[in-house]
Amino acid sequence: MEEKRYERVGETFFHTVLENGLHIYVAPKPGFQKSYAFFATNYGGMDMRFQLDGKWWDTPAGVAHFLEHKTFDTEDGNALQDLAANGASPNAFTSTSMTGYYFESTEKFEENLKILLSFVSIPYYTQESVDKEQGIIGQEIRMGDDEPDTQVFYGMLEGLYAHNPIQVNIAGTVESIAQITADTLNLCHRAFYDPGNMVLCVAGDVDPEQIAAIARQVLPSQGHLPVERDHGEAEAPEAHKSKWVKTMAVSTPIFQLGFKDTPPQRGEDWLRWELTGNLASEVLLGTSSPLYARLYSEGLINESFGYGCEAYPGAAFLCAGGESRDPEAVREAVLTEAVRICREGVDESLFQQLKKAAYGYMVRNLNSFENICVSQSMAHFNGYEYLTFPQCFETIAKADVEACIRRAVTSEKAALAVVQPKEEKQ
Amino acid sequence: MSVVTRNQLLPGVFLTSVHTKKFKSSTLSMTLLTPLRAETATVNALIPHLLRRGSAAHPDMQSLATALDQLYGGSIEPAVRKRGETQCVGFVGSFLDDAYTLDNSTVLDRAAALMGELLLRPYTVEGIFCPDYTRQEKANLTDRIRAEINDKRQYAVSRLVEEMCAGEPFGVGRMGREADVEKITPQMAWERYQALLAHSRLELYYCGSAEPDMVCRILENALRGLPRQGGYTVSETLVAAQASSVRQVSENLDVAQGKLTMGFRTGGITAASPQYPALVLCNALFGGTTTAKLFLNVREKLSLCYYASSSIDRYKGVMLVSSGVEFADKQRAENEILAQLDACRRGEFEAWEIDGARRYTVSSLLTILDSQSRQEDWWMSQAVAGLAYSPQDLARSVEAASVEAAVETAKALSLDTVYFLKGKEG
Repeated sequence: MEEKRYERVGETFFHTVLENGLHIYVAPKPGFQKSYAFFATNYGGMDMRFQLDGKWWDTPAGVAHFLEHKTFDTEDGNALQDLAANGASPNAFTSTSMTGYYFESTEKFEENLKILLSFVSIPYYTQESVDKEQGIIGQEIRMGDDEPDTQVFYGMLEGLYAHNPIQVNIAGTVESIAQITADTLNLCHRAFYDPGNMVLCVAGDVDPEQIAAIARQVLPSQGHLPVERDHGEAEAPEAHKSKWVKTMAVSTPIFQLGFKDTPPQRGEDWLRWELTGNLASEVLLGTSSPLYARLYSEGLINESFGYGCEAYPGAAFLCAGGESRDPEAVREAVLTEAVRICREGVDESLFQQLKKAAYGYMVRNLNSFENICVSQSMAHFNGYEYLTFPQCFETIAKADVEACIRRAVTSEKAALAVVQPKEEKQ
Repeated sequence: MSVVTRNQLLPGVFLTSVHTKKFKSSTLSMTLLTPLRAETATVNALIPHLLRRGSAAHPDMQSLATALDQLYGGSIEPAVRKRGETQCVGFVGSFLDDAYTLDNSTVLDRAAALMGELLLRPYTVEGIFCPDYTRQEKANLTDRIRAEINDKRQYAVSRLVEEMCAGEPFGVGRMGREADVEKITPQMAWERYQALLAHSRLELYYCGSAEPDMVCRILENALRGLPRQGGYTVSETLVAAQASSVRQVSENLDVAQGKLTMGFRTGGITAASPQYPALVLCNALFGGTTTAKLFLNVREKLSLCYYASSSIDRYKGVMLVSSGVEFADKQRAENEILAQLDACRRGEFEAWEIDGARRYTVSSLLTILDSQSRQEDWWMSQAVAGLAYSPQDLARSVEAASVEAAVETAKALSLDTVYFLKGKEG
């Protein structure tokens, strides 16, 4: 395997590509009790329409997530139990653009890795188990219906995008998952759970060559290229609609404010966009910004306030949200602050201070195996190396951040989603 | 790899120090221990948030944020915890380890000084807490208490504990009561703060690469001026061995999914009991893992709920079961949960269930050593209970605990209270 050292942050990745197209990354972590493995496919909630065997397929909302649940089924039972019986803590998640399976364990790591690679790559879906899962996922969807944070986030996406499938709930709806059959799952497994569309990342006190040997032994020797997907026409630069409101049993209004930006290109441009977007959020409304201090002391935001930026194929946005008694006032204040920054420029010493803080925060995050593996997997799918962030970060100038704010933080590109408290009748 | 030392620095001031080089950050915490009482819980919960607003040298949030940015984006967060019947209030901080700064500057000494300053020298107006900050933080505390209702799963557990321990200090929430927030004045908070500083035990915690001797010196400096006027005792937690009869409580709220929670007394077994490792094993077999009876039967086999799990409050001697079910299935789920407990009492375990529970528990204890925040919480909590065993020690005891002993602890469990959160129409 090829060894890559990232001296600045004291990390190393061993990397190789197998004959079947699978990329493997291993970060050695001597002195830790646990080892962590993350096996992911470049397939998420947004990938509903794709081409396989020369034909376009449309699948119901929620298949990627449904597949994640059912993939743990094996001919002999359930892989969750097999891993747990070995003392491993296994789990999985489905995001908008990725599905990842992982475990951490303090013993029998190689045996557990074999189980992980095996159950994810070998489909075993029966109609009976699909029918039963509809009950469990139905409950999960109902639980999401009661989560204001989930609702308000999708509300913001509905505001920002006219048709990009990132606005579709990853879990689907009770109606959409009712259309899923064992055939649907087999089709999507064949399309996306192929070594050529996947990545394996491991962190721990492990032997990198041994990891690659196990992957060669367990996985199919041949793979195909990633399938083509269709996420619809390019979106207009403006937000689809500026406001989304829903009423729920909450104590205070909960909001998400989004700003639609131009999606980045695959490769280093993607990393640059993310680093720039994060700095732009810090400058505009981060905890050290003048605006944050003002909104907090006026009681318009509280400690639940959070912010960041996200990029997907065909979609990228900055967002901020939390609880507020007056979300409209927050929106107006953010837009006014953006105008001020565009007029006066970002204060140079504030910019340097925020860069220092962001750097320290990113390095501290390297303590987390999960963060290293998930971030490198996402980086791999988006065409860059995660641990090059210190170098890329160094080249980001004040003008780049100002340009990002000027481009994205305008009223035409803004969408505000609010979950309003219901009037309680005593 | 890591060495844990415990020192007394001042009267009633103890430092637990974990010396290790495996992390990229250091963790530092300062925690005042005070009896959990309805009369003082609310104002105690307010104090760290009030202190975090500003010190004499850094009088507002922006100047504090700037100071933290200069420390490579360090964090100092107010922490309000409940361990047994002790309320633990203070700060937890995370900082870049000195080895990774870009300019070879040191972070730990400045970080400790800043935390000490926040604890000892708050920003004051006319000799007491600033009225503006007090008003704003009271509003935030109210929001925080009300926000519990937004997380229905957690809310149902909190309500269960409140009902089950209504006559005991443990029934008091860690943040106190909403009704008590309004009564707080800057003067009253100030007097309470002075009393806390002068008479409470202060627990300090450090984990990182600095030598223990140096950490002692740095913290002694940081705490110069701490008033010490006697007291410092940590109150005993009242442990009720048996439930007298089963109480059924149900409430209506606008939710889509019901939340069923059940509280058991452990027969007096707490973290200090010799049977505790067996109880930990019992919990893992019953509902603590994905190989547990609750997960496999109530969720997987009967599809009655999306989640069903059990947990132990190790200092109070209670076990809590939490699940999300359809309103109509409440009784079936409750019966099934009790039927699974009976199976535990009869010792009906397959070999793989026992092995899985043991491996899972040992592994989750050992991985505490891989996380600075989990270690902090472990040692702070142990200090409250006056216990000195490490996660490895407990892992060894669980390894050695027999199934027969676990069955005995299952027999000791008695159901105290059932709390059900259901929908409006139900």
